[in-house]
Amino acid sequence: MTTLTLGRASIPAKYLPVLVTGCLFVAMFMVGGIRYEGFATGQIILNVFIDNAFLLVMAVGMTFVILTGGIDLSVGSVVALSTMISASLMAGPGWPPYLVVPLVLAIGSGLGLVMGYIVHAFDIQPFIVTLAGMFLARGLCYTIGTDSIPIEDPTFTAFAQTRIDLFADMWISPSVIIALVVVAVAAYVLRYTRFGRSVYATGGSEQSALLMGLPVGRTKITVYTISGFCSALGGVLLSFYMLSGYGLHAVGMELDVIAAVVIGGTLLTGGSGFLLGTVLGVLVLGLIQTIISFEGTLSSWWTKIFIGLLLFVFILLQRLFSARSRR
Amino acid sequence: MRRLLWPVVVLVLLLALNVFFTPSFFSIEVKDGHLYGSLIDILRFGAPLILVSLGMTLVIATGGIDLSVGSVVAISGALACLQISQDTSVFTAVVSALVLCVVLGAWNGFLVAAVGIQPIIATLILMVAGRGLAQLITGGQIITINSPAYKVIGGGYWLTVPFGILIVIAVLAITAFLTRRLALGMLLESVGGNAEASRLAGIRARGIVIMVYAFAALCAGVAGLMISSNVSSADGNNAGLWIELDAILAVVIGGTSLSGGRFSLSGTVLGALIIQTLTTTIYSIGVPPETTLLFKALVVTAVCLIQSPSFRAKAFGRRGRTAPPSPAPEEKVRVTA
Repeated sequence: MTTLTLGRASIPAKYLPVLVTGCLFVAMFMVGGIRYEGFATGQIILNVFIDNAFLLVMAVGMTFVILTGGIDLSVGSVVALSTMISASLMAGPGWPPYLVVPLVLAIGSGLGLVMGYIVHAFDIQPFIVTLAGMFLARGLCYTIGTDSIPIEDPTFTAFAQTRIDLFADMWISPSVIIALVVVAVAAYVLRYTRFGRSVYATGGSEQSALLMGLPVGRTKITVYTISGFCSALGGVLLSFYMLSGYGLHAVGMELDVIAAVVIGGTLLTGGSGFLLGTVLGVLVLGLIQTIISFEGTLSSWWTKIFIGLLLFVFILLQRLFSARSRR
Repeated sequence: MRRLLWPVVVLVLLLALNVFFTPSFFSIEVKDGHLYGSLIDILRFGAPLILVSLGMTLVIATGGIDLSVGSVVAISGALACLQISQDTSVFTAVVSALVLCVVLGAWNGFLVAAVGIQPIIATLILMVAGRGLAQLITGGQIITINSPAYKVIGGGYWLTVPFGILIVIAVLAITAFLTRRLALGMLLESVGGNAEASRLAGIRARGIVIMVYAFAALCAGVAGLMISSNVSSADGNNAGLWIELDAILAVVIGGTSLSGGRFSLSGTVLGALIIQTLTTTIYSIGVPPETTLLFKALVVTAVCLIQSPSFRAKAFGRRGRTAPPSPAPEEKVRVTA
């Protein structure tokens, strides 16, 4: 195996992209700490987790899909649909949260299952199938209602306002714990289970995986189901965060999620990448937003230009590092 | 031409649906020396989408994808309108906007071909940053202009035909000539089939890829001029929003595979027309605006399913229920002695 020697320790080349992203994250944090007063605290990082818990959950699902060489464009719309369904069911018929949340998760998984089945059974490109799924979910949102619906359910508001105190005045929200549990479970599944290894094998080479007798079809359908489930869960977390359901929530979020996964070093062609990288990718995106809000005077369009530039720098650096290590 | 069969069927069905709801749908009349009619409207409002899709077709033929066209649409309209609002001549404004678009496209191509970034990511950069750039140009405002000469591009007429349709026909003719009469089309397909093998065969894959992305951006730029000229204003935020998805959809409906290696210009035009007709249909048969996306999703799914060979095999049972799981195995030709 190709290794890069750093002093006495040597790192397998496959970990390199994750390592690069990690280093860049630390570097960004240090630059922020030097530039702005009150930036270099643990709470800043925890805030990134709190503000991006739903993004993290979505990115976990997307990582599964991208690892098989697919893509899921429907995640943003499924998030919006989840907030819309939960808000309208609780506001209108007054359903209790313990019924609403499982229902929403089931709907999200169901959508993913159908998309996965179409991708697998009819050989249609994932890009197109999930694009149709995106239109469908967004369309269902508008069919439910075109206005924002506030969530006043006590359980949801309690979830939104609970602060879990850690040491030294630092705190996190329950959403962060849910997100971290999802990450941990997903990391275990990918690394240590038969299904996780089939995901990598399918992404590496579908033909070979098929010839090895791996259940390629089942794997593909499952990853889209997982992505649908994660998006629905992300939607529930977003409705904790926003306390409203709206058809225009999370517009364009799918691109943020894909960007996070790619920044984390997962190849879009599939077969290579780690969940830790995805977590770092989400953190980097969140930190960019934090830095821009610390800067204060930047207009919203500078945010976009800045994110574009950083995306470019990240990808270029990764490209350079991985090109060098391959030699 | 068999692969164009299904798009044609869908388009005819959509048009028939329209005639059913509005019997005067096919009537075209000349008023004040201009052509009027629903069909003309479909062509006129569909012109930007057709242009963007044409560029997208060539990009997809090389195995790439261009997510940045929507942002380029916004940038070109913004730059042209900004200059016109500052009393620059329309010609200079249009040319400089298009030059900027070509430069942006070449940048995309450079990232893909020279740096080796995956196309979807390389163009995602410009998609995000370009939207910001367009807003930077307009200063976050909507620039409104009053220029009869600029208005011609998207809203004018020439010899009774809307000018936008003429632009599309011209671009289509040039593209078809370059790719189907010259070797360029074959080179594109070979790069899409296998870039490395084409390079070894002596094709300058790198240059071709950069050129194709520049062409896609140029098409998007012209589309952006059309859109902004039609409403005499530039909106950095919403101009061309999600047009890249419609364009990719048009290309796929037209039978071009996203994996590259072959393409169909006429299929793309058909695909874009289907999408535009769908939009018109939604308005004319009175689908409530809240459910338009739902309707679109259903039609898109239906079109894609019916084009999939394995779906047809399963649904119509031509090959029995044991459809092969791997992509379309080649039919073996039996030779009998």
